[in-house]
Amino acid sequence: MTPMHRANLSPADIPLEKPPLEPTKAPGRRKVKDAKISVRGLNFFYDGKQALFDNTLDIAGGEVTAFIGPSGCGKSTHIRCYNRMYDLYKGQRAEGELLMDGVNIIGAGVSSLDLRHRVGMIFQKPTPFPMTVFDNVAYGLRLRGRMPKSELEGRVEEALKGAALWDEVKDSLHHQGTNLSGGQQQRLCIARAVAVEPEVILMDEPCSALDPIATGKIEELIDGFRGRFTIIIVTHNMQQAARVSDYTAFFYMGKLVEFGDTETLFTMPRNQQTEDYITGRFG
Amino acid sequence: MARPLTAVDAPETAVAEAASPAAMPAPPAAPRVRAGLMARFGDRAYRGFTATFALGILLLLGSMFLMLWRESGPALDAFGWGFLTSAGWNPVTEEFGALVAVSGTLVSTVIALLVAVPISLGIALFLAEISPRRLRTPLGVAIELLAAIPSIVYGMWGLFVLAPLMSDHVQPALQTVFGFLPLFSGPPMGIGMLTAGLVLALMIVPFIASVTRDVFLMVPTTLKESAYGLGCTTWEVVRDVMIPYGRKGIFGAVFLGLGRALGETMAVTFVIGNAHRLSSSLFAPGNSIASTLANEFTEADGDVYLAALIELGLILFAITFVIIGLAQLWMRRMAGPGKA
Repeated sequence: MTPMHRANLSPADIPLEKPPLEPTKAPGRRKVKDAKISVRGLNFFYDGKQALFDNTLDIAGGEVTAFIGPSGCGKSTHIRCYNRMYDLYKGQRAEGELLMDGVNIIGAGVSSLDLRHRVGMIFQKPTPFPMTVFDNVAYGLRLRGRMPKSELEGRVEEALKGAALWDEVKDSLHHQGTNLSGGQQQRLCIARAVAVEPEVILMDEPCSALDPIATGKIEELIDGFRGRFTIIIVTHNMQQAARVSDYTAFFYMGKLVEFGDTETLFTMPRNQQTEDYITGRFG
Repeated sequence: MARPLTAVDAPETAVAEAASPAAMPAPPAAPRVRAGLMARFGDRAYRGFTATFALGILLLLGSMFLMLWRESGPALDAFGWGFLTSAGWNPVTEEFGALVAVSGTLVSTVIALLVAVPISLGIALFLAEISPRRLRTPLGVAIELLAAIPSIVYGMWGLFVLAPLMSDHVQPALQTVFGFLPLFSGPPMGIGMLTAGLVLALMIVPFIASVTRDVFLMVPTTLKESAYGLGCTTWEVVRDVMIPYGRKGIFGAVFLGLGRALGETMAVTFVIGNAHRLSSSLFAPGNSIASTLANEFTEADGDVYLAALIELGLILFAITFVIIGLAQLWMRRMAGPGKA
């Protein structure tokens, strides 16, 4: 397959306000090595109103993929298909194929509970549960079954170390998680997610409520997770996408406009819309 | 001092600045000052007005307490602290004790809470989380309408509908299963402590349910989603995230219901049986403070009799005060987020 975007439409022909009307056929899709997730023709509907149009891309296993695009472009909607979060809401529906290790996870017969054991999620605002720091991290582990106390403590410690939070909270493990600072809370949520050793971690603008120092810490964590987890991060911050990701996808009005390795996408975008967005001309 | 004069300035500052016009850089002259004066007057009047109302409540509360204290004087003199521990109630010999009424009030309230809290939590969860969006408003309004039914109607319903139902079906069934417990012994008459507690429960459910529903609706969506995102079932999200997150608000709702149950009069008077007897059985008729007052106030002929009734009122006042006060303290001590 050609890794180029549609040849019959020159970039200058694309109006800025309106995207092309015909469904994009995987424009500029690059083959990724070892695809963990293969999205094929993903459509999404809110109460019958289509929000995603024929998204097709591959997510590389063990690497970081960033989704960028203006507000309302569908990147969050897209990411919420990966753990079937939309299942919680009536009237939300996904069509197409979302293959994780070859199994269509949005098809019938896949339990969203099992899926969410394999796919963790971090949100825009930190979401510590109303319980102690320890219990927050242990929560997911306890959901998955009983284990000896010593093992539980060991895994909580390991997760907190993995989220670079252990040194800050080791003396206050039994204080409320909500008493931590915003950045610490977000790392607590990351510890909670990694404690259960998911295969994929979804991050929906994980730094947008944090200051630059806290953001830096989260980005370091993401960097360190490479090879261990498959990470998909939605971000408004293009510098962040450029800093942390190996692959970047640009969404606009529910369509995947361009997808490729991050360096190429940011230095030599093949699509005019992508270029306009990353150079700050719109969005 | 160089600040421009505004209506929100404290009067002292304003006066000082007006007194030294030289300090004001180019004052915009008369109209502005007059507007300031008017605003200052309005501000002061408004402050005084609202403060009067707020202090008025305190005064009223204090005067009520004093009145109850003074009017119950003869009974206080005659019985002292023994009033609280005596179960006697004999208008002929003028021997009075509060134990039956106080325990009746407490027992019926406890029954009401035991029944109403789980039911209300269930209703609130259904309305906030589970029910289809279309059903939410009509069901919510229906629940809130329950609170609008006058208590005397609850009383009549309790007497004519609930009491026969209790004596024919519920109480015999309870007796077959739990008959060995003294709580469920005695003849199933339908009228008594258990029925009173159930009517009370029904009356406080709408309060607890609607406040608790609002508390659940305030739980941030992302908090719930992150629990679902870890692989929680709805029940686990409710138990481990929503209830702990809203615990302050839920306690507040429960105490609202508790306050109502403690003082409820008419409905209880209809079904409690109005017997001045202590019994270990919940089937037996009893009495509560409020129902004793409602039944006997017009019949009280002696000074001591009347004073004893008023002292009962004083005790109810004190019980309510202490319980609500403890609840406030407890809620203040609870750490963590949540709406009060």
